[in-house]
Amino acid sequence: MSFLDLFALDFMQRALVAALLTGLAAPAIGTFLVQRRLALLGDGIGHVAVTGVALGLLTGASPTWTAVLVAVLGAVLMELIRERGHTNGDVALALLFYGGLAGGVLITGIAGQGAATLQAYLFGSLNSISSEDVWFTAGLTAVVLVVTLGLSPQLFAVASDPDFARVAGLRVRAYNLLTAVLAAVSITVAMRTVGLLLVSALMVVPVATSQQLARSFRATLLGAMVVGCTASVGGLVLSAWLSFRVSVAPGPTIVLLALAMFTATWPIGVWLRSRSRLMAPFPEVSATPHRSPVEHPHEHGRDCGHPAVPHGDHVDYVHDGHRHAVHGEHYDEH
Amino acid sequence: MTPADSTTAGTGAGSQPRPERGPDRGTDPAVLERVSVAIGGRPILRDVDLAVRTGETVTLLGPNGSGKSTLVRALTGLLPLARGSVRLFGTPLPDFEHWHRVGFVPQRSSATGGVPATVREVVGSGRVGRRRLLRPTSRADRRAVEAALDVVGLADRAAYGISQLSGGQQQRVLIARALAGEPDLLVLDEPTAGVDLPNQRALAEALARLKERGATIVLVAHEIGPMAPLVDRSVVMRDGRVAYDGPPLTQEVAAHTHHAHDLEAPEGDAHDHVPHVSSPFDWERRTRP
Ligand SMILES: Nc1ncnc2c1ncn2[C@@H]1O[C@H](COP(=O)(O)OP(=O)(O)O)[C@@H](O)[C@H]1O
Ligand SMILES: [Mg+2]
Ligand SMILES: [Zn+2]
Ligand SMILES: [Zn+2]
Ligand SMILES: [Zn+2]
Ligand SMILES: [Zn+2]
Repeated sequence: MSFLDLFALDFMQRALVAALLTGLAAPAIGTFLVQRRLALLGDGIGHVAVTGVALGLLTGASPTWTAVLVAVLGAVLMELIRERGHTNGDVALALLFYGGLAGGVLITGIAGQGAATLQAYLFGSLNSISSEDVWFTAGLTAVVLVVTLGLSPQLFAVASDPDFARVAGLRVRAYNLLTAVLAAVSITVAMRTVGLLLVSALMVVPVATSQQLARSFRATLLGAMVVGCTASVGGLVLSAWLSFRVSVAPGPTIVLLALAMFTATWPIGVWLRSRSRLMAPFPEVSATPHRSPVEHPHEHGRDCGHPAVPHGDHVDYVHDGHRHAVHGEHYDEH
Repeated sequence: MTPADSTTAGTGAGSQPRPERGPDRGTDPAVLERVSVAIGGRPILRDVDLAVRTGETVTLLGPNGSGKSTLVRALTGLLPLARGSVRLFGTPLPDFEHWHRVGFVPQRSSATGGVPATVREVVGSGRVGRRRLLRPTSRADRRAVEAALDVVGLADRAAYGISQLSGGQQQRVLIARALAGEPDLLVLDEPTAGVDLPNQRALAEALARLKERGATIVLVAHEIGPMAPLVDRSVVMRDGRVAYDGPPLTQEVAAHTHHAHDLEAPEGDAHDHVPHVSSPFDWERRTRP
């Protein structure tokens, strides 16, 4: 069987559809989590969902269903702890993470299932996706995308300043719970391809990649979805290709591909940020001491190589820790 | 200023009778009656009475920890009342629905989140109170955002990333965000703290333009500075109670009240009235009543 023959296989087509949907939904909701500085919330929900999967294995119910259920409950619980909690809220979340993971592994053992079964959920698996799963995840993804993009003005306002949003009349708590539920749903959607332990990477890494280049929230959101799609579909294909030689789960491939994209854009981001920092206008302070340097050997100009930074109605040339402003025949220290 | 002057100054929402005209205060923008607020069970505000009339600009002064922010947060419904009542535009707070009439600039609030956003996006989020769910941005939304940017003098920075602006400019963005909702009552909590003089002047100009349109302004300020000419009335808070309510205090007097009390003020951080909670599952009730 050649590499291209793979695409004719049912399970591969299903996996591709699932990867595409995951790549769209996870970064979309992830952008709002990153905006609220809750980048690790997805990781916590993923850990809790392990218990959900295990409950499915134990009871014979569909692990996808039980994972959605437990992940949503866990997400709501975490959001309530975060909302009400004091300075130690992160410790409470950590307790929940470890409880979820340990409980999941324990229950899987009780259910008489080996580590291999759980492995498929922890790191993703190409051929574990049934056709009901695809329909189910497609439906959930559509809901996540419509709600996330449709309510993005409200979610953005709540994520950037909850006090302001509340005085503007938004039900901040409801929106926060909604974000948590959407995150839980997109995590269970991503479970089959990336796996629960790595799913959070797909919510965060595309956002981090996209914000290296983007300046607006909107561009970051859309860019993250593009990066997420590329990484998850590309990673899936890559892992299928590699699987001719070695056995690799799709999850790690997807995440490493996303990280590679981040690594590629990061230097550009560093350069853009440092340039915008250097060229940011100096504050206009009214009483500037008028002090001229004794002698200046160099004539500043457009191409002199010194950054010309706007300062009120003129520019200051920055060099050797000075700011020189042209004043007639000489330079003033600003 | 004669009453005639003041009625011509107020247009639109500002056509209410001035206080000196009579007792018809049914629709005053903000009325607090015997308000007490407790945080973590400790009474912070006690028995505060305050009525802000339409078109008025009131400054809330007082030392750190005197309860200015608490008062403002109770007024905007962010903190539950232990006792007393707040009415906004004549409606008791629990029944109040016209939140788009209230604009709020929280204290020390940061305009930057974990994701970059442009000035226009942040100001645009001030429209949420007026937007309907699942509707695209309307022309009215866009116009209000441009107008708000214009008022604070940042129209030329609309496409900039928020993090590229100086602290004072970011503060102006937050004011523009509140203005974008076209509020009738604007509540600002220390918008001038840590803001350089030119930016303070720009802020004062923005508020003056708003005042001309008849908006009511409640301004918490440490230093009044360039805002002084706008102020109609000063309220001085001291240890959770109103210590003075009357004609604007000159900078000197206000500063005096301020510094004299600063010395007595308890040391420590913002949590000095309440012991820290030490178990991760403990929490305080902070929900709306
Ligand atoms: N979240 C909080 N937890 C505990 N105490 C608080 C909290 N917020 C405010 N306080 C207390 O309430 C008092 C008034 O604070 P605040 O309203 O912020 O004062 P101001 O704004 O005048 O500086 C202070 O003594 C402060 O310690
Ligand atoms: Mg304060
Ligand atoms: Zn020099
Ligand atoms: Zn030069
Ligand atoms: Zn200069
Ligand atoms: Zn000179």
